[in-house]
Amino acid sequence: MSILAQQLLLGLLIGGLYGLAAAGLSLVFGVMKVLDVAHGELIMLGGYGAFFAVGLLGLDPFASLALVIPGALLLGVVLYLGLFGFVVRADEETRVKNSLLIGFGLALALHALAVRLWTADERSIVTPYGGAVLTLGELTIPLVRLLSLLLALLLIGGLHLLLARWRWGKAIRATAEDWQAALLTGIDVRRAYLLAFALGTALAGAAGTLVSVGYSVSPSIGLEWTLKALIVVVLAGLGSMLGTFVGGLVLGVAEAASAAAFGGPYREVVGLVIFVVVLVARPRGLFGK
Amino acid sequence: MSDARHERAWAIGILAALAALALLPLAVRRDDVLNFVFLVLLSITLAQSWNVVAGYAGQVNLGHAAFFGLGALLARRLWIGGAPIVAAMAAGAALAAAFALVIGAPAFRLRGAYFAIGTLALGEILRTTVGNVLPEISTLPAATIAGYRLTDRYYMALALAALSVLAVATLAGSRAGLGMQAIREDEAAAEASGVGALRLKLTALALSTALAGLAGGLFGYYHISYYPAHAFNPTWTFDALLMTYIGGVGTLHGPVLGAVLYVVLKEYLAVRWVDFHLLIFGALFVAIVLLLPGGLVQAVERVRRRPAGPSGR
Repeated sequence: MSILAQQLLLGLLIGGLYGLAAAGLSLVFGVMKVLDVAHGELIMLGGYGAFFAVGLLGLDPFASLALVIPGALLLGVVLYLGLFGFVVRADEETRVKNSLLIGFGLALALHALAVRLWTADERSIVTPYGGAVLTLGELTIPLVRLLSLLLALLLIGGLHLLLARWRWGKAIRATAEDWQAALLTGIDVRRAYLLAFALGTALAGAAGTLVSVGYSVSPSIGLEWTLKALIVVVLAGLGSMLGTFVGGLVLGVAEAASAAAFGGPYREVVGLVIFVVVLVARPRGLFGK
Repeated sequence: MSDARHERAWAIGILAALAALALLPLAVRRDDVLNFVFLVLLSITLAQSWNVVAGYAGQVNLGHAAFFGLGALLARRLWIGGAPIVAAMAAGAALAAAFALVIGAPAFRLRGAYFAIGTLALGEILRTTVGNVLPEISTLPAATIAGYRLTDRYYMALALAALSVLAVATLAGSRAGLGMQAIREDEAAAEASGVGALRLKLTALALSTALAGLAGGLFGYYHISYYPAHAFNPTWTFDALLMTYIGGVGTLHGPVLGAVLYVVLKEYLAVRWVDFHLLIFGALFVAIVLLLPGGLVQAVERVRRRPAGPSGR
């Protein structure tokens, strides 16, 4: 019994990262109707960014967020201006399809580049307190993973506030709601797109940092994380960042439960099955209105 | 020159080139050359199979590897079990197409990009499951390895490449093929003018996956040992997509040219940098989606037509 509880707890902890990984994808998709399947590769880049910030500059891994997030924001701006900004000119259906294809090519290129630069080895950040655990009855909670979960919640909460209170946050939400109406009220829709994409990339960078601290990064984690993020977005729907976070927790627990029931190798399958079933049952309900 | 005549000319040209390749094993006895041409031929079949559903019917199937894998799995099983290879490969193709028809009806409730990510997830489900159920490497029996002849595989690949080109050429000019292209351009308008969209999309998917299953069977026939899950790896889908788009999606000759270019560059670069080709092709692919939706074929066409004035586009 306590083994099962322990597994579910670990599922909950990684679920927070699923939520954070999905938040960026959800924001970009909800606002721009751009499906960036290179999101997982952006997470991978964030992970390497943190890895080198820790290794070369001697930063604390969590403090490296202060470097990774601005770097990812910048990368988001570059990617928007260089690639995705061209896609948003098309009508919505073409936009989704072309962004999928572009994201896909970008994912392949980033993966190959990462292998070239950093080899295919798995890496994770080692910290002095990496082995520390909290004990709660029979449960052991790895400190680093608990901190990651809390940070993920903090970041998502921050994003929620940003979207709710900030002038441009409101502009982003208005654009997501109806870009034509937003345009008519004088909102610079292109800038709202740019901001949403940059914020989405920053979230991916932050998620990557936490992944490389509590877990590990390698050039090939991209597809897996893109799929996790897509599953959570399908589960949670668009529009609510806190809902996305909860969706991530649900996926993490569901994976742990299925691993306990069918054996470890099947933990990846349950999320995908949920994804396909929900997608087919509500083909437009989750993404569209 | 009309498109139909244009395509027919290409079909004849490609088939003539493939016929000429039948003489290659007589002229060249080097295994590395035959292995290389084998890879090109396998890639042509794979790209062409993906082209049927994505290029003609406009449905981007990102789970294509699943059908390649199913074909490889069943064909190899039956063949090692003693069935003739042609029958085994046909059974593999039938399994792939049958699976496609089972998942097709629910999957086609999804449109556009949702179909793409839905099939991507399906392919990953199958890959993970096969990897869990069959974790052992699959190796040919010693007696089969002793009697292994590369030329048999080479001629099989040649036959499949020719078959895939013939299938697409026949489809392109047929009533069904025209219906598929109408769906690709505008599904609602096609339905309004009497095209049965779901039936034609299923037909395209079945034909596409049957060809992919045959290509998979060829893979199972060719390799001495591999992990069964490897044939389900999404890279088979990605390769097919890159070759098709870079050459020219929805044309007969685009995927053939794309496959040749892809394999040549991949093998050339692999000598020094493994997987470096993906950086180049990934970037090229992005550029093509943004700037040149018709692929290299369209680029050549534009250059050729320029003196005669602007083309229709």
